[in-house]
Amino acid sequence: MHRRTMLKGLGAVASLPLLGSAAHAEDTVKIGLILPMTGQSASTGKQIDAAVKLFMAQNGDSVAGKKVQVILKDDTGVADVTKRLAQELIVNDKVAVLAGFGLTPLALAVAPLATQAKVPEIVMAAATTIITQKSPYIVRTSCTLPQTTVPLADWAAKNGIKTVVTLVSDYGPGIDAAKAFKGRFTKAGGKITGELTAPLRNPEFAPFLQKVRDLKPDALFLFVPSGQGAALMKQVAERELTKAGIKVIATGDVTDDDQLPDMGDSVLGMVTTHFYSAAHPSPENKAFVAAFEKANPKMRPNFMAVGGYDGMHLIYEALKKTGGKTDGTALVDAMKGASWTSVRGPVKIDPATREIIQTVYVRKVEKVDGQLYNIEFDKIPDVVPPSPDGN
Amino acid sequence: MSLPEPAADAARLLGRRARIRPAEWLFWALAFAALFLLPERHLILNSIAVQALFALSYDLVLGFAGIVSLGHAAFFGVGAYAAGLMTKFVTGDPLLGLAAAGLAGGVVGFASSFLLLRGSDLTRLMVSLGVALILAEIANKAAWLTGGTDGFSGMAVGPVLGRYAFDIFGHVAFAYSLCVLFVLFVLARIVVHSPFGLSVTALHHNPLRARAVGVPVNRRLVAMYTFAAIYAGIAGGLLAQTTQFVSLDVLDFNRSADVLLMLVIGGTGYLYGGMIGAALFVLAQDQLASLTPQYWHFWIGLALVVLTLVGRERFAKRLGAFARLLPGAR
Amino acid sequence: MLTILFDGVAYGMVLFVLACGLSVTLGLMNFVNLAHGVFAMVGGYVTVLLMNDYGVPFLATLPLAFIVAAALGAVLERTLYVHLYDRSPLDQVLFTIGLVFMAVAAADYVIGSQQQLIYLPPMLSGRLHLGALDIGVYRLFLIVVCAVLVAILHYIVTRTRFGSRLRAAVDDPRVARGLGINVNAIFALTFAMGSGLAGLGGALGADILGIDPTFPLKYMIYFLIVVTVGGTSGMMGPFVAAILLGVADVAGKYYVPELGAFMIYGVMIAVLILRPQGLFARGNA
Repeated sequence: MHRRTMLKGLGAVASLPLLGSAAHAEDTVKIGLILPMTGQSASTGKQIDAAVKLFMAQNGDSVAGKKVQVILKDDTGVADVTKRLAQELIVNDKVAVLAGFGLTPLALAVAPLATQAKVPEIVMAAATTIITQKSPYIVRTSCTLPQTTVPLADWAAKNGIKTVVTLVSDYGPGIDAAKAFKGRFTKAGGKITGELTAPLRNPEFAPFLQKVRDLKPDALFLFVPSGQGAALMKQVAERELTKAGIKVIATGDVTDDDQLPDMGDSVLGMVTTHFYSAAHPSPENKAFVAAFEKANPKMRPNFMAVGGYDGMHLIYEALKKTGGKTDGTALVDAMKGASWTSVRGPVKIDPATREIIQTVYVRKVEKVDGQLYNIEFDKIPDVVPPSPDGN
Repeated sequence: MSLPEPAADAARLLGRRARIRPAEWLFWALAFAALFLLPERHLILNSIAVQALFALSYDLVLGFAGIVSLGHAAFFGVGAYAAGLMTKFVTGDPLLGLAAAGLAGGVVGFASSFLLLRGSDLTRLMVSLGVALILAEIANKAAWLTGGTDGFSGMAVGPVLGRYAFDIFGHVAFAYSLCVLFVLFVLARIVVHSPFGLSVTALHHNPLRARAVGVPVNRRLVAMYTFAAIYAGIAGGLLAQTTQFVSLDVLDFNRSADVLLMLVIGGTGYLYGGMIGAALFVLAQDQLASLTPQYWHFWIGLALVVLTLVGRERFAKRLGAFARLLPGAR
Repeated sequence: MLTILFDGVAYGMVLFVLACGLSVTLGLMNFVNLAHGVFAMVGGYVTVLLMNDYGVPFLATLPLAFIVAAALGAVLERTLYVHLYDRSPLDQVLFTIGLVFMAVAAADYVIGSQQQLIYLPPMLSGRLHLGALDIGVYRLFLIVVCAVLVAILHYIVTRTRFGSRLRAAVDDPRVARGLGINVNAIFALTFAMGSGLAGLGGALGADILGIDPTFPLKYMIYFLIVVTVGGTSGMMGPFVAAILLGVADVAGKYYVPELGAFMIYGVMIAVLILRPQGLFARGNA
């Protein structure tokens, strides 16, 4: 073989991957989905993954003349892995959109990258307030903690509760929730008689709950991340707080649909506020829940799944608006102000903050056909994510 | 001046062990070739380089000083936060950041080394683990400084040597990490073959005899442990600078366990084990996790089980003719 | 005050019941069995699945949890573990971590990643009010079970022929063999017992901790802490250590919540500095 041809051959081989991805870029839109699929937050990843797959099955894998390809990556919930995966997805796979992000630090680690590479970052789960302020390319389809907490503080103040003790997990979202509840509730004339934080990874709540019992407030406000609610509620039941005259209220993270069926009758009547319940009585939601449960037996969709489902909807809508163009800035602009009827109710992306404006429901745990559900009995429409102090 | 015959023999023997083997040239040639030949893999190569430095540091502790630890992430994490704070509040220069990281790692290593001088392997394992977990809890509580669970962000790392800015492709990051790894490796190689390093190794193999010939056991152990902790701190600093983010999991138990796995896979006591193990481990994890994001742990686990049952030693021998060419391989 | 003390002791018992199997394999047999939590998880799943899917009463599931975990332990011991007794601790770590990874992924695949919980019969739930003391019935049950368990185990190890053969086999297998002790059988039986105890621990702990695939990793540190602090000489050490750690943890969280998470590690380090071999060292127990 002549040396010249060999060199040419080498050159061709070297440029193959580049050519390949360029050719693909013409007709394929890639979405990098980074989720914790293993480890402590695996259930979050699974719910979102299942919802994304369901959305693709229902809406087809092409939009605006482009084929949509989702690349799923497991970041094990570790921030530097998330960052590297995101970077590889941008650089090597040339993804048009990054999505997922199960926990706050994971979303924050990628924020500078989204700005630098001008790639939209769709946050489907992480709920600390500051996230969207970290990059103009971040759009969120879940919620912020104050957004779902403030209506509960209002409800408590209106329903004869004068004193509250807060007990939250000791990390960003937990602190957010406690602060928002306190700010709003004290402004409405209520009093916080104790603020407790439990370590994120310790399952023993007994000393904290005993403290609550000894403080004897009218109500106990709870927040723990999705997945820990059931263990907490068991210990609440064991401590017999309700019998001691202490009402238990929480954000919907605690009575998470993923775990609610196994929580037992002790949670009956518990009041929570959140943006989604699997029992939401709209035709859209009924169809969604039925399809989800058919595709994933023994699994009930929770708010994480809805964050993922709506995230995909938003990406599809944005692609329709740009006519399939994958320019990051154009995509984010197309997302701003988008509004639709989600399975959770009417939603809108706030053009100024890129947060989701949505209805927050006040719900009570009830038994329907022998199964526990969060049944909505009141709602506050169009809740804009409030400032962290809840006002 | 001439040494008496047996001493001269010993010196020759040790000199031969310290000689640079051909396989070593090959190893580093391959590593640097990756800079030019695999540009689209630089991101993962960078994390391999960081892990390799971390594993090298752990080899100094386990392979040379013979201290089993399950808390090596303590120094890695402290280094990462030190580099982060340095960048955010003092200067964006990466090398000064690394110096801060190494210093922080060394201080914590020095302070905690005194806790590890007594007790069995199991005791040392648990005390080192306890130190790392307490540091993780401090980092969590000191959210005003470290960002707590939300992570530490807002680091603007300046260009390396004032010229090479970090890019999104990881080119500069990898080149930077690889150079740091190389320089520190050379230094480590000199140290373990110095009289000091040899006395530490002797200690590890036969503490009684070492004590009898007058090696100050505790002082040597403290020194080696601190030296390794500086390395771990620098590895943490590298991670912080190249990801421009620090999260609490830099201090996590899993990180300590992973580095132990990497080193044991690659083999202890010859400096290259950690680096080879890091490369194998990170690549396997990455490949398996992209094939089956949900269940890749199963395959890693299976590999570990098979590896131990077949015999790590035999595996190391297969791995090489190569491994045997490296200095001090047993 | 008394309630806090009681809760601490009860939490200590949860720790003990999980870790006592490990004090058999790690403490008595000197095998670094990081896969201990796997057996606990298996026992926990046996209880959870039998109760929730087949309606078996809680107390009836406990012996089954023990038997299934013990059987699994025996099988793994004969097929895999036996090859590793004379290897270095590092090999044992590598091997057992591998088992943990496999078990975590397999449990996730077979059962799913959600946390599984059980609901105790009314007989065991609820609270008792005895003057100033206000205690959970199940926690009282746990304390009683553990006290009985530790008494039996202590008796077996120190007072029976089996116990002395076991100690002989561990201290010097060659001499023990020469004396006509069937070392292999003793090891297999002991390992099965350790695994069975782990299974029982998982079953008893399922109510308070919940069972999910990451269980073996999540609680690995706690098992190790209890065994290390207790010392590896017998059953009393871990028992006392578990109570000490449980009370320190619960009281710490109640009285100084800011330092809550530090307490258990701080106590561990303090004990190990003062007594590097643990509270009850081999030879002086």
